[in-house]
Amino acid sequence: MSIQPVILWTDALIYLLLLLAALSVWYTGRHEHLSQPWKRVARSRTGQAAMVVLLCYAVVGLLDTLHFNPQSGEDEQGKPVYSTEVLSLFDHLAGPLRTQREKTYSAPFAIHLFSKESIEQPDGSTVRDYPRLKYGGAHLGPDGEGRGADILKQALSGAVKGIVVWFLLLILLCRFDHRRLMNLLAGNTENPWHVGAWTGFALAVLFGACWEWAGNYHILGTDKVGEDVFFQSLKSIRTGLVIGTLTTLVMLPAAILLGIMAGYFRGWIDDVIQYLYTTLNSIPGVLLIAAAVLMMQIYMSNHADDFNSLTERADLRLLFLCLILGVTSWTGLCRLLRGEALKLRELEYVQAAKAFGVGNFRILVRHVLPNVMHIVLISIALDFSGLVLAEAVLSYISIGVDPSTNSWGNMINGARLELAREPVVWWSLLAAFGFMFTLVLAANLFSDVVRDAFDPRLRQQR
Amino acid sequence: MTAYIIRRLLYALPILIGVNALTFVLFFVVNSPDDMARMHLGNKRVTEAAIQNWKAEHGYEKPLLINREAEGAAVFTETILFEKSRRLFLLDFGQSDSGRDIGHDISQRMWPSLAIAIPTLLVGLAVNITFALLLAFFRATYLDFWGVVICVAMMSISGLFYIIGGQYLVGKLLNLVPISGYDTGIHAWKFMILPVIVGVIGGIGAGTRWYRTLFLEEIHRDYVRSARAKGLSEHWVLFRHVFRNALIPILTGVVVVLPLLFIGSLLTESFFGIPGLGSYTIDAIGSQDFAIVRAMVFLGAVLYIVGLLLTDISYTIADPRVRLD
Repeated sequence: MSIQPVILWTDALIYLLLLLAALSVWYTGRHEHLSQPWKRVARSRTGQAAMVVLLCYAVVGLLDTLHFNPQSGEDEQGKPVYSTEVLSLFDHLAGPLRTQREKTYSAPFAIHLFSKESIEQPDGSTVRDYPRLKYGGAHLGPDGEGRGADILKQALSGAVKGIVVWFLLLILLCRFDHRRLMNLLAGNTENPWHVGAWTGFALAVLFGACWEWAGNYHILGTDKVGEDVFFQSLKSIRTGLVIGTLTTLVMLPAAILLGIMAGYFRGWIDDVIQYLYTTLNSIPGVLLIAAAVLMMQIYMSNHADDFNSLTERADLRLLFLCLILGVTSWTGLCRLLRGEALKLRELEYVQAAKAFGVGNFRILVRHVLPNVMHIVLISIALDFSGLVLAEAVLSYISIGVDPSTNSWGNMINGARLELAREPVVWWSLLAAFGFMFTLVLAANLFSDVVRDAFDPRLRQQR
Repeated sequence: MTAYIIRRLLYALPILIGVNALTFVLFFVVNSPDDMARMHLGNKRVTEAAIQNWKAEHGYEKPLLINREAEGAAVFTETILFEKSRRLFLLDFGQSDSGRDIGHDISQRMWPSLAIAIPTLLVGLAVNITFALLLAFFRATYLDFWGVVICVAMMSISGLFYIIGGQYLVGKLLNLVPISGYDTGIHAWKFMILPVIVGVIGGIGAGTRWYRTLFLEEIHRDYVRSARAKGLSEHWVLFRHVFRNALIPILTGVVVVLPLLFIGSLLTESFFGIPGLGSYTIDAIGSQDFAIVRAMVFLGAVLYIVGLLLTDISYTIADPRVRLD
């Protein structure tokens, strides 16, 4: 099957982000004073564990970023014809999870629907009962005998597979050196790599079991239209990561440039920039976002023809949300950078550079910018978790991502009214909160470690 | 002092003009009044006459920036920009797109917002400071460590979870208080308890951790060490010296949000069905009522600026080293 790659706007920005990240990793690795704080991060146990969790989320998000149009058939000349449907590599890998839809709600690991329906019996009479699911536990008998044992068996076999993959990965990372491997697992290394390794172990077991289950059951049940909740939660990872990272990416150039310019040049430039961010800051963030998103909705409904597909439209809306969140969140960083630049411009080395006749632009780039980067990094790390949480809240008040985009906020929004049902439909909510909590907790812990490692002021206190 | 306040208020003027310009661009330039009329009247097959009619009804019939038909100064004054801005600066919010008086609505809906926001703030402050002092007192012990761990975990839980969980647990399972709604007068307490509890619990994580940092920053100061060296007991040091000095940043952090309490919390109010300004805004967003959203944006900016002014003044009161002139 041939495919036709599709690059959405957010995809392109994610690739840009990856490129920038790779460049900075390469650059950092070549400079001892830059890699020193990262080594401090690696020495932290919490940092190790959080990093592994974040990496897992990032892998799912990246798999979900590689978009393409699948082939739908061939024309007369034998050339492939592509459907307009946009799929991602993750959709492709998840295969049955995406396509196996039930009729409506079903509980986690259930084999029957959640609500009673009239079922026609073979003899023509109808009975009101819970109908059997089409896919959930389909390999079991009609009454689902031996379900518990089957779940356990699959979990075990999945866990074993997960462990094998984890082990192979570790061997690869240790470059086939068994002594290095033993030291690592036992924790006899300078950095606590074993914490990261064992976190990976737990995740591998969990993921292996889920992988095995996912083919036969709806692990976290299905939602109102019968879509698998586990699949939705995984798809939402990309949205969460996009909001958390791209927002920072789009606001960073403006914040850095204006911040250090205000602090370095002072005078009327400082006044103008300060005026700019005070004005933006004085509008309560959520109201500004609401106003902007509202206006964008109208623009989009009035110019519906400008968009090729629904996916593209949803994607642009996501990007716009990142932009507007960026507009509301750059002011804090800008103020911090201004303060720091005010301090830096009086230091001897900047004064010396000035005395040598170095141009302003060169001073900014070579002397001021490198010395404020730790602030930028800390604030990126600290902002991330807040942005992920904000997405859910904004989606709930319907000024967030497009309703057709998978996101935790949309999942919560769709499921919260179902708490009034009897018995309660709890799985959608719990799945969204669980996935969000894990990501945000890992991000919070990691950002704390990063802050401790990079902030020289905190280091002195120890 | 008076001169300082007057000067600060004059500084606020350009900022408000900036906010006004921004909202103008957002609400009138990105989408022209014609677009808005078309949307309100239903997108398809709207006659030109119907659009003009809708615009005239809502006061959008004038040109946006420059009125070419008018004479003299009226070229600029007989426009939407001037007309709408003039009214906003006089805090005359005019009519909403559905024809209600916004100013009246705001004055009515302010009180439920305050009834929820003030207790949440006060109780939250008391709880957070108590926990933070406790953690600071037992600093560098297991209690402190696990306290911080719990704080980080609580910070990582979505605010929506606290609200939905609280409603489910207290309102539905335990059946103690109504899940949502509001009542006038003294009977409102039933409806207030749950939002306040949820608001306080939701804020514990971030608040306690932040105040703990503030306390710990003070605890390492020289004057604290000399107080201990004089032989003062630990709790005396903590309450007389550390607590009082750490109160300065806490106080100023609180003062800046005081005016914004009027606006209330969008999320809490819409979940608990409280007829305050937060749910007013949410409803306006839902029904795409631009006049209300615009008024709330402006009001929010005004209140924020008032908050900044109050912060500066509260510095002089709390910290005698700071003088305004």
